[in-house]
Order: sequence, then C-alpha cells, then structure tokens
Amino acid sequence: MIEVKTDSWLKKISVPVLAVLFGFLVGAIIMLIFGYNPVQAYSEMILGVFANPYSIGEALTQGTLLIFTGLAFDIANKAGFFNIGLSGQFLIGWLSTIAFALQFPDLPRIALVPLSLVIGTVAGALYAGIAGFLRAYFGTSEVIVTIMLNHTILQISNYLTNFVLGSSSRTERVSENASLSMEWLTNLTDYSRLNMGFFIAIIVVVLYSVFMKYTTTGFEIKAVGLNPDASTYAGMSAKKNIILSMLISGGLAGLGGAINGLGTFGNLFVLGVLPAEGFNGIAVALLGLGNPIGIVLSAILFGILQTGAPFMASRAGVPNEMAEVVIAAIVFFVGAYYLVEWLFEKFGNRPAKGPASTDVEGGVDQ
Amino acid sequence: MNLIGVLQLLVTSSLMYSAPLILTAIAGAFSERSGVVNIGLEGIMVMGAFGSAVFNLGFYDTFGNMTPWVAMLFGGFIGLLFASLHAVATINLRADHIVSGTALNLLAPGLSVFFVRVLYGKAQTGPLSESFGITSIPLLKDIPIIGDIFFTNVTPLGYIGIFIGILSWFVIFKTPFGLRLRAVGEHPVAAESVGINVYLYKYAGVLISGFLGGMGGAIQAQAISNEFGVLVISGQGFMAMAAMIFGKWNPIGVTFAAIFFGFAQSLSRVGHYIPVIQDIPTIYLQILPYVLTIVVLVAFIGKSEAPKALGRPYVKSK
Repeated sequence: MIEVKTDSWLKKISVPVLAVLFGFLVGAIIMLIFGYNPVQAYSEMILGVFANPYSIGEALTQGTLLIFTGLAFDIANKAGFFNIGLSGQFLIGWLSTIAFALQFPDLPRIALVPLSLVIGTVAGALYAGIAGFLRAYFGTSEVIVTIMLNHTILQISNYLTNFVLGSSSRTERVSENASLSMEWLTNLTDYSRLNMGFFIAIIVVVLYSVFMKYTTTGFEIKAVGLNPDASTYAGMSAKKNIILSMLISGGLAGLGGAINGLGTFGNLFVLGVLPAEGFNGIAVALLGLGNPIGIVLSAILFGILQTGAPFMASRAGVPNEMAEVVIAAIVFFVGAYYLVEWLFEKFGNRPAKGPASTDVEGGVDQ
Repeated sequence: MNLIGVLQLLVTSSLMYSAPLILTAIAGAFSERSGVVNIGLEGIMVMGAFGSAVFNLGFYDTFGNMTPWVAMLFGGFIGLLFASLHAVATINLRADHIVSGTALNLLAPGLSVFFVRVLYGKAQTGPLSESFGITSIPLLKDIPIIGDIFFTNVTPLGYIGIFIGILSWFVIFKTPFGLRLRAVGEHPVAAESVGINVYLYKYAGVLISGFLGGMGGAIQAQAISNEFGVLVISGQGFMAMAAMIFGKWNPIGVTFAAIFFGFAQSLSRVGHYIPVIQDIPTIYLQILPYVLTIVVLVAFIGKSEAPKALGRPYVKSK
C-alpha cells in the first residue's frame, strides 16, 4: 500500500500542498528556460477557466471522471494493490455502456440510463476482477496483468468501433433517452458538457466514505492491505478481500467510463492511446492522500489544469502539454514526500523525540 | 509465397520488433537487480525516442549515414538523464518506486511533446533524416538456407540486442560489479556490512537502466516509426517489463522473452502476407501478445522470484 507516513497531521497536509507548489514551480522553471512568461501562462490558465461558466462546467466534467478513477485507485491501493489497469476498466465501461445504449435506443429514459450505467460498472468490475482472481489464486502480479488487459481492451474497443458498433472510426450517438445531460445544468454552464454524472460522483463519494469508514467489509479491505498475515490470522479471508477490492475498484473505473460515454461524448471513437483518465486517477488518489475529500479536491484541481491548458496555449503561447508536465511533477513530489520530512527537520522546530519516519529508519529487512 | 520467403519475412520483422524490447527489458533487469522497481521504462523509452529523433534531424549533416547510430547513443544518454530523476527520488528521497515510476510515465509524453512543439511548432517531428536500414551480414549470409532466412536483408539491431543480452548476463553474473549489484538488490544491509556502497550500486543499476531503455526507445523511433510523436511508444515499455519478469531477471532469459514478444507483435503486422495466418482476423493477432503474456504468466511463472529487497527504500546506517 502506498501512503504518506509521517508523525504529524501538519506534515501530512503539507505534503500535497507543497507537492502542488513544487509542481507549479517545476513547470515555471521549464517555461522560463524556454523564454515563456510563467506568471502570464498560469494566470491565463486559471483565469481562463474561471472567466466563463462554460469552462467551469468543462473542468467539473473532467473532474467528475477523475473522482471515479481516483476512488477506484484508492480502494485497490488500500487493499494493497496497484491498479494500473484503470484506463482499461474505464474504457471497457465506456465501450459496453455505449454498446448497450445503442442496442436499446427506445427504452424509456428512466430505465435506459440506469441500466446502461450498471452495464458499464459491471463490465469494469469483471475486467478488474480477472486481475484480482489471478492474484488471489495464482499469485500473478496484478501490475503486469492489468497492463496487459489495458492494451487488450484498447485493441478490442478500436476494432469493435470500426467494424461492429460503428464505422469510420466512430459509433453513432446514443439516443436522447440515454443521455445524462440535464437541461438546467447545460443552460447554467453555457452549454458545457457538465451532466448528471457530477451528482452521481458526489453520491458515490459519500457512499464510499461510509463504506470504508463504517462497514466491516471496508475495515477488512483496509486490514488486508495493511497486514495480510495478521488479517488472515484474525479470520479474514485475504483471497475474498483481494477479489472484492478489485471488483469495486474496476466497478468505479467502469462507472467513470460509462459516464464519460453517456455524459461527455455520447458515443465511442477509435483511440490512439489509452484514456488518460486512468493514469491521472492514480495521480488524483495519491495527491488526495487516500482521503475522499482530498480526492475530490485533487480531481477538480486536475480538471481545472486540463481545461485551462488550451487557454495557456492560445493566450500565452505555451504548449498545452505544460499541464501534463505540472501534473506529473506533482505526482513526483507526492511520491518523494520524504523531501517534506527533510524540510521540516531542516527548517521546522521539531520536538526532540524519536526519528521522524521510523518505518524506514535503520534498514529494511525484517 | 514459398516457405523460405515466409520464414525470412517472419524472422526479419520479429528481429525488428524485438530489438527495442530486448534492450528495454534488459534495462529493467539492471534496475531491479539493484533493488529499484522500474515501472518508468515506458517513460524512459519515450524520452530516448524523442532524444534520438531530435538528434537525427539536427545532426544529419555532421554524421551522414552514421546518424542513427550516434542518435541511438544520444537517446540512451537522454534516457539516462531522465532515469536519474527516478534514482534521486527512490534512492535519496525514499519515494515509493511505483509512484516515482508512474510520475516518469506521466512526465515523458508531456515533456517530450512540449519540447517538440517548441522546436518544430507541431506535435510530431515528421520523417527523420536517416533511419536504420536493413543489411546482409557478410559471410553468414552465404550459408545455404539459414543464411537466406536469418542473415540476408535483416536489421542488425536484433543481433546487437542479443549480443547485449549475452554481455549483460556476463556483467550481472560473472563480474564483481554484477555480484555487488545483485547483493544490493537482495540484501542491502549485508552488502553494506562488507563495505559495498549501496547507494552507488543502486545508482549504477538505475542509470544503466536509463541508458539501455533510452536506446530501446531510440531504436523504436529510428527503425520502426521513423519519426517522433506521442504514439511512437505505446506500451512497449510495459511489454518490456513483462519480458523482464518472464525472463526471471536473467538477461539471457529476458532476451528470449523479448524476442517472443517481438515475434507476437510482428505477427499482427506481417500476418496478412503469410498463408493460414492471413485468414485469422487481425484483431486476434493484435491482442495475442497481451493475452499470451497473461496465460504464460499464470501457467508457467506464477509467483516470480524477484530480487528480495526489490522496491524497499534503503536508509544508510550512520
């Protein structure tokens, strides 16, 4: 399990704050080296998003998807897995939802929308379940299996889009009855693609927090992640919890993909690379320190960065990709949180008690 | 097409697709033997491909026909620089290896395309000045049948990859350097107690990994894609990681595994020229390498024996 281990709340909260700060700083340095004005670039990016309701809507649309993949990464991580297959699970959710909605265009909206979303969720869950099952019963590395599943579904999705579900690289749009758009929301945000998915995300975040905090199953998943041997000794089934956490993780990613399908695009098209939402979900979960509120905040931050990137390009002349660089740098600094530890030791007035990070002090082989 | 023609096509294209995988998979072995997980191979390949493409376009006038070879070394150097971020994060800053590797993978496409836009004003470099060609290997090509299949009109890169595989095996298993590298990856405390500089060897592992991975990316760009764009490296780094695990972190096994992947990859590209195979829908050939990886992993490998202290931070005793 990947987590930030420090001895105080203050340090823990400084990790993401400083990571974001350092991330922007790295971006600024690169921009300076290439003769761009970072202050102008960043302000165009942020102001560009907040200047009009349309961009705010788009940033929230993007943030919605990242909330799902962020939570998806988080639950697998809490159970001790690195689910790098989020992109594939997201894509299979998108694919199967669109396939279903195209198949039954005339079902009433009250049935079609929930059914399509459930199909996407189940598809994502089962797809991740393969990795969970193989890990539980054969000890196969979930990292390799999910990476392979990612590339498999990318090929399958492109093939189906081209030859079965659609033609010339895209499918038809789903019927009005399958759309997640809400008129008042669309009007409020000046015709952005913000949709019902945003509210579904909020409900899921609440359910997720309750599940992890107050249910036995949630507790077991965390316990297995913290110490599989001790949990087995205490009578919990490691196998069951491994598979369960992967099912939930894949289900969340699949639901994100389903919402992307019905809400953001309304169709499916041929993709050159795996959907970025999967990998950015990892970033969101790490930056959110595994806390649902933190995940929501980071998802929205990344949504803003991605929506603002084109403004940076058009108004300050800085290539779009700067946003990706900043996101990657933020992840890097969250990972290297020992830097914060070190900064505190160097400049903070720390109480004179034991070593700061006992978990790694004094060698590693237990 | 006759049998020899079919075999020749298969061998040529397999060697072509294997070459980047062999180098990158061995790159992974060097890093992980020193105890540092390198999931960032994909990102390292991207940077190597980027570096070689820029060099290729910029220095053709200076190096002429030698350009791709020099550019490959330059790509390796860029990979090494990029991997040094991973080294600092995992070794000095005690970052989680997978998080740092993921950061590398997120960073590489953004950073490289940013540079390409700054340099060329668009997201792709466009065709390179000179790419790796094919050649016939003197003497060996005159052997009947075998010479035709294996040594006529082939890319020398595949053979160079195999040679580097054997050389790496020698370095890791037969030299004092390799022994120390493995000791650091298996039991750093013991290694330090006999005076081995653990950090130094971990750095060596990660930086060699960066150099080889960068060269792998450079080969992909200059032998297969003939340009640089964000689509040039799409999963090869991850596939190389799988090859490394197949080959159980032993460079020779790793080389064979990478050739197997190269073969599977090439089937989907040249399959429609080959009888029988051309009747299989392409989609099956496209997903074959990935599905086979999972099947083989489950059926034959199970729990792989990674270096014992893989992925754990090591804190120097004072």
